[in-house]
Amino acid sequence: MGTRTAIVGVGQTHHTSKRKDVNGQELISEAVKRALQDAALELKDIDAIVIGNMDHFEAINNVDCWSIDGSGAFMKPIMKVTTGGSTGGTLGSCAYYHVASGLFDVVMAIGWEKNSESDTQAAISTCADPIVERDFFGGAIGPNAAEYAMYMEQFGATQEDAALVAVRDHNNALRNPHAHLRKFITVEDVMKSPVLCWPIKLLDSCPRSDGACAVIYASETTAPKITPNPAWVHATAVSHDYVYFGDYDWEMMPTLRTTVDRVYGRAGITDPLKDVDVMELYLPFSTCGVVWMDHMHMCSLGDAPKLIRKGVFDMNGELPINPSGGVLSTNPIGATGLIRLGEAALQVMGRAGERQVGDVRTALATAFGSCYWFEATVLRSTKP
Amino acid sequence: MENETILEVREKDGLLILQGVIRVPYTWAAGAVASRFYAGLRDRRIYGIRCPTCRLVMVPPKKTCHRCFGDLNDWVEVGPEGTLQTFTVVHYSEPELHPLRAPFAYGIIKMDGADTGMTHLIGEADQRALKEGLRMTAVFRDKPEGNYLDIRYFKPVKGAK
Amino acid sequence: MERVAVVGIGQTKYEKGKTKNFAELSYEATRKALDDAGIELSDIDNVVTTTNDFFDGRTIACMAVAEAAGSYGRDATNVEGDGTLSAFYGLMRTLSGVYGTTMVSAHCKVSEGSPRKIVNQAFDPIYDRLLGMDAISSSALQARAYMQRFGITEEQCARVSVKNHGNARNNPYAHVPLDITVDDVMRSPMLAEPIKRLDTSPISDGACAIILATEERARRAARKPVWIRGVAHCADAYRLGERDLAWSQPLETAARKAYRMAGISHPSREIDVAEVYDAFSYMELMWYEGLGFCDRGEGGRLIDSGVTQMGGKLPVNPSGGVLSAHSVQVAGLARIAEAVLQLRGEAGKRQVPGARVALAHGTGGICAQTHCVWVLSN
Repeated sequence: MGTRTAIVGVGQTHHTSKRKDVNGQELISEAVKRALQDAALELKDIDAIVIGNMDHFEAINNVDCWSIDGSGAFMKPIMKVTTGGSTGGTLGSCAYYHVASGLFDVVMAIGWEKNSESDTQAAISTCADPIVERDFFGGAIGPNAAEYAMYMEQFGATQEDAALVAVRDHNNALRNPHAHLRKFITVEDVMKSPVLCWPIKLLDSCPRSDGACAVIYASETTAPKITPNPAWVHATAVSHDYVYFGDYDWEMMPTLRTTVDRVYGRAGITDPLKDVDVMELYLPFSTCGVVWMDHMHMCSLGDAPKLIRKGVFDMNGELPINPSGGVLSTNPIGATGLIRLGEAALQVMGRAGERQVGDVRTALATAFGSCYWFEATVLRSTKP
Repeated sequence: MENETILEVREKDGLLILQGVIRVPYTWAAGAVASRFYAGLRDRRIYGIRCPTCRLVMVPPKKTCHRCFGDLNDWVEVGPEGTLQTFTVVHYSEPELHPLRAPFAYGIIKMDGADTGMTHLIGEADQRALKEGLRMTAVFRDKPEGNYLDIRYFKPVKGAK
Repeated sequence: MERVAVVGIGQTKYEKGKTKNFAELSYEATRKALDDAGIELSDIDNVVTTTNDFFDGRTIACMAVAEAAGSYGRDATNVEGDGTLSAFYGLMRTLSGVYGTTMVSAHCKVSEGSPRKIVNQAFDPIYDRLLGMDAISSSALQARAYMQRFGITEEQCARVSVKNHGNARNNPYAHVPLDITVDDVMRSPMLAEPIKRLDTSPISDGACAIILATEERARRAARKPVWIRGVAHCADAYRLGERDLAWSQPLETAARKAYRMAGISHPSREIDVAEVYDAFSYMELMWYEGLGFCDRGEGGRLIDSGVTQMGGKLPVNPSGGVLSAHSVQVAGLARIAEAVLQLRGEAGKRQVPGARVALAHGTGGICAQTHCVWVLSN
C-alpha cells in the first residue's frame, strides 16, 4: 500500500495577460515563496520538486535545469513532466506519486507559463501530426466548437446555455484576487461578443495568461504537523486517447468518461451532485461546461442545460463549480490544471477566502489537454 | 501564421522524409535585476548582486540566491578586470549560433569582487597563450542593445601574464 | 522501499537516419519489452513516456508516442528529460500501491533536428544564450576545468573512447563500434579544445522501453526479475559560472543516497558492472569519482589501471556506453536496460561474468547539471 498523501500548501502569483516585470524564473519563485509561506515551511523542508510548462511557449529547453533559481531545486531532485494543457494535472499527480511511493515526505509541484512570450496558437499548432494534420489544425478551439455545434443539434441546447456557464465562471472570478479577468458580465455581453469559431464567442473562451502556481504535498506523518486541515488525496485518474484529432469519438467522450468513472470508483462517489461539495473543472470554453456535465454523470445525456438554467452549479447551488472563476478567467497553461488542484485544496482546507463554498468535505479537480486527455483528482477533508 | 512549416519531400529508400522548420516568435521579459545589469553595461560598468545570507556576489546578477532562496538587492560594482577560470578554443563553425568566426574562444571569467564566473567570448587574444589565471577585461559594444553581447568579449589585459 | 523489479526490456538498434516515425520506433521498443517479459499489454496498467519538444520538433510531443507505448485506455503520463527520470517516476507509480505494472518508454530521433541549436535553447535567453554555446563547447569548458584541476591528460580521456567504442563491438544495438587506438583519438579533428571528434558521442536515433512490476506481479513474468535496490537524483546550480565544473557534487549526493538505499558501503568492491552516461570521454572519468569508484581526481589513474575494462574488477560501459550510441532522452534508459541484461546473464558477448550488482546512471542539462543513479541486483 502506498503512503497516504495530502495537499498542505498552495501558492500562486496574480495572473494577468503580460508579466513584463519578471522573467520566468522570477515568476516561478513568486509562486514557490507563497506556497512555502502558506504551509509555513522553508525550502529545506522540501524533499523533491516537479515542474512543468509547454516548451514551445517560452522556447526554454530543459526547464527543470533552467528553473533552479526560481524553483529552489539546487541540490535537490527535480523532474519535469508535461502533457500539454493537462500539464497542471500531471504535475499534481506526479507530486502525489512521489509521496505515495514512500520515497519522499514533502514534495512541491510547480506549474507556470508566460503565454505572452510567444505566439500561443502558432506554438500549439505544432502539436498536430506534421504529416497528417498540422497543415489544417488551427489551435484548440476548432474541436470544441464542433463538439458544441453537435450537442446543440442533438439535444436542443442553445448558445445561451453556454453563455450562462461563461457568466457563472467570469462572475465567480470577482471574488478571486488572483484571477486574470475580473469583470462582471451578463448573458447578453457573451452573446454580443465577437464569434471566434461558431458557436464559440470571445467571452465563451479562456484567455492567455502569465502566471505560476505551486502546490505542496506531504505524507500522512508530516501533513498533520504542517496544517490542521490537510486536503487528502483520495484518488487520481487519467485517460489518454488517440493521436489524431479526427479519430476522437465526440459523442461518447470516452476519455472523459473513463477518467471520471475511474476517479469516482476509486473515491466511492456514486452521485456526484450529492457526494461532491465543490468542483474546480478545467473548462477551456463555456460550451464544455454544458456538454461535459452529461459525461461526468451529473444528469442523463442531454439534460445538462436544464441543470445549468436552474443554477445547480452556481456559487449557492447544489454543487458549485469553479468558485475561483475557472479557466475562463485565468489560463497560464502549464499552471492551469495545478491551479484547479490548488483551489480545490483551499476549499477543502477552508482557506479559500471570499470564494469559499460553505463546508467542503469532498472536492474534485480536473485537467484537460492535448488530444482530449483528462485528469481528475478527488480531495477530501478526511483521511483515505 | 507565424509558425511556418515548410514542407519539402524527398525520397529515401522509397520512403518519404518530410522537412519542416518551426518558426515561432518569442519575447523574453528580463526582469528588474537583469534590466539594471544591462543599464550598467550601457555605462560600461559591470554590476553583481550580493546575497545577504551567504555573502556571495553573483555576476551576472539575479533576483534570488539559488543557495539561500532569499531576494537579492545589494548591488555591487565589480571589475573592471577579472581572472580567466577556464576556457576552450572552438574549431568548428555554426554560423547561425556563433557570434565570432572559428577558431574563437569561450571562457569563464571571475570579475574582481565577484564570487561566480561569467561565461563569455574571448577576443583579441593569442589563443595559444590562454591559460587559467590570465587577467581579462571586458570590451564593450559601441552601441549597446540591452543584451549579453553588449560586452562583445573579454580580452587579456595588456602585458598580463 | 518495497521490492520492485524490472521484468522486461526492449531496445532498437541505435543508428542515424532511422526511417520509422516516432510511434513506429517507440512501438518497436515497447513490443520487444512486452515479448521479453512474456506478458501482454493487458497486463500493463499505466505508462510513462519520455519526450523533448525541441528534439521531437513538435509541442506536446507525448501525443506522438503515447499510444505506441500502450497508453490507450490506461493512465499515462510523460516526463521530459533523461529516461532514468521517467523510470524513476515509473518506480514511484509502481510503489504507490495504485499500479502494479508500469511501462516506461523513451524515443529520440536526434538526426532529424539540429542538435546544436536545440541544446543552445537550454541556455538562459536573458543572459548567455546569445553566446551560441552547445553541448560540445560548454562541455569543453568543463573538460578543461576538470583536467586542469586534477592533472588528467587527453590520453587518459582517449582511453575511455578506445575502451567504449571497442566494447561496442560486442553490442548489436550500438551505433558506433570501433577498433581504435589512443593515437586515433588524439589525431581526430579538434572540435573544442580539449574535445576531439572521437571524444564525442554520435547523433543516434533509437528507442528503449522497460517494464517495472511489484514483487507480486513480477512473479507472473517470464523472466527472472532484476530488483531495484536504490535510486536517487539531484540537481546542480543552473549557470556554469556558479558551479564547480571540475567536481559534480550532485552526482556524489545522488550516488550516496542510492547506495544507502541499496545498503552499499564500498561501491568499487560491491558493484560488479556500471553503465554510465559518457556523452564525452572525460565525463566517464569524472563520474568514476562522483560515483565513488575512486577518490577525487583519481579518474585518470582508474582508467589507466584497467579496472574499468572488460575483464577488470569493475567494467564500466560494456555496452559501449553513450559514446557509442547517444539517442539523448533514451540514453539513460538504455543504461538501465543494459544493466538488466548484465544481471540476467543475457548480455551476450558483452556479459560481465557473474554480475550480481549493477549501476546505471543518467544525466540531464548542460554539462550534466542533473544526475540520476540506479542500483540494481539479481
